[in-house]
Amino acid sequence: MSNSKNSDKIILEAKNLEAWFGDFQAVKGINVQYTERTITAIIGPSGCGKSTYLRCLNRIHEEIEGTRVSGEVLLEGKNIYDKKIDVVDVRKRIGMVFQKPNPFPSLSILDNVVIGLRLQGITKRSTLMEVAESCLKKAALWDEVKDKLNSLGTSLSGGQQQRLCIARALAINPPVLLMDEPTSALDPIATAKIEELMDEIKRDYTVIIVTHNMQQAARISDYTSFFVYGKMIEHGLSSDIFTNPREKQTEDYISGRFG
Amino acid sequence: MLKLNSKTQDAVLFYVLRLIALLVISLLLFIMFILFKSAWPSITHNGLSFIFKKEWNPVEDQYGALPFIFGTLVTSFIAVLIAAPVSILVALFISEYLPKSISHIVSLLVEMVAAIPSIVFGLWGIFYLSPFVKTSLAPFLKTYFGFLPFLEGPSFGIGIITASLVLSIMIVPTISSICRSIFELIPQHQKEASYALGSTKFEMIKMAVLSPSVSGISSAIVLGLGRALGETMAVTMLIGNSPVISKSIFAPAATMASVMANEYTDASSPLHVASLCYLALLLFLITFLSNLFAKSIVKNFSKIG
Repeated sequence: MSNSKNSDKIILEAKNLEAWFGDFQAVKGINVQYTERTITAIIGPSGCGKSTYLRCLNRIHEEIEGTRVSGEVLLEGKNIYDKKIDVVDVRKRIGMVFQKPNPFPSLSILDNVVIGLRLQGITKRSTLMEVAESCLKKAALWDEVKDKLNSLGTSLSGGQQQRLCIARALAINPPVLLMDEPTSALDPIATAKIEELMDEIKRDYTVIIVTHNMQQAARISDYTSFFVYGKMIEHGLSSDIFTNPREKQTEDYISGRFG
Repeated sequence: MLKLNSKTQDAVLFYVLRLIALLVISLLLFIMFILFKSAWPSITHNGLSFIFKKEWNPVEDQYGALPFIFGTLVTSFIAVLIAAPVSILVALFISEYLPKSISHIVSLLVEMVAAIPSIVFGLWGIFYLSPFVKTSLAPFLKTYFGFLPFLEGPSFGIGIITASLVLSIMIVPTISSICRSIFELIPQHQKEASYALGSTKFEMIKMAVLSPSVSGISSAIVLGLGRALGETMAVTMLIGNSPVISKSIFAPAATMASVMANEYTDASSPLHVASLCYLALLLFLITFLSNLFAKSIVKNFSKIG
């Protein structure tokens, strides 16, 4: 939590953000600001729109047929939904780690990490190796894979694959990193490893993480948002939300009375 | 009605199904046996040199399969060369660019091309494609690429290229529908992984759709090749049916299937009939091997995927 107090720069902000699947409104009027180099956890019952909300923040929601978004998301003051903004640039600056580990099945471990850089036209071998090593180290995977960088990414275990995906997201050095339940498909040991590296990641990146696991939210996050039915019920310092929530609904949820 | 207990019912069903399955397999073996038996006089007379002999002259009772093997392989190869890229692009367009509501209709229409009878393709080839090749395509190719050896000689409209073009149209539905089903197997999360790294749609297709599908696409192409190898009616109508090996794609030729269709009815000498059956056996072998090859690619593919 030490870092969160150092800088108060707002890096990302949602303004009246709403999202639909066809006629179904999944996200309703979200207004929130994210401070640089903090971790914000989004908690809430299943189907409450927290993943959809997260997917609006890097404009990946719109890749599903029949979906729609309204409102604004400001990245360093600029609306990423502005017609003049190239969606490709947005996603280079707001990285994402998904619920299910999804390394590219035909690529090696090394190529999986640096594929984002290759997309940007960086082909110099020494640069790619340097970035791969530093990102795999940040993702706490380097020691386990340094001798088999040319094996397929899918040959790793589930937990290792997820850390590989984190390294892949970090490699393009996005100021903001979105994580959509990154540990829900993993066992407790792999989960612990990923939680450990969150503190490290926070030094350089702003993280917004959706999680089903309230203990996880309490352990790793500086701020917590609580979502129900597409609405943000409460947002504040995690220490406050988990000890002294303002809303009755939040209290019921975190004490296990519903959800 | 006779009432069986459940155990007997299962047993009856099992034996009936097994009988039917065995029937199908024995039919395959039976066809092979009959082919082999009918071809036997030619096999003993010509041996394996049948495959390499260039001369096919029923009047002199001289039979060599090389011109037909050449015709079959060349027409099928050109057909695949044209059809493969077209089919892959059609499949990509249907699976990645069209909205779901329209994509079903479009893919149905593409598959309908496979339902057009071969003879109709043949007629279309004679009345439309062959004049087109003669008056437009051949002069065009000769003007711009005339220095290439396989574009030598005049075009009469009927010949290797015309047959190949029709074949390529006929195998597009096969290749594209298999490719489409492979592309649709790519999980959404793979595409999103690519988008999330800031890739354009084109880059996403390269990274997340095409690159893991390489072996599947190859097997689709080989299956299309298998269809082209055995295609008879349309090719017979368009290839010119002359058992020669020539450099030019405008020249007439003959395929294994076309010579069988043409000569079977007036084959008089026993050796002629047997040689046609020998050809049939060889064609069967080639298509069998190409299908086996395609299956083996699919098997390896499913292991990785």
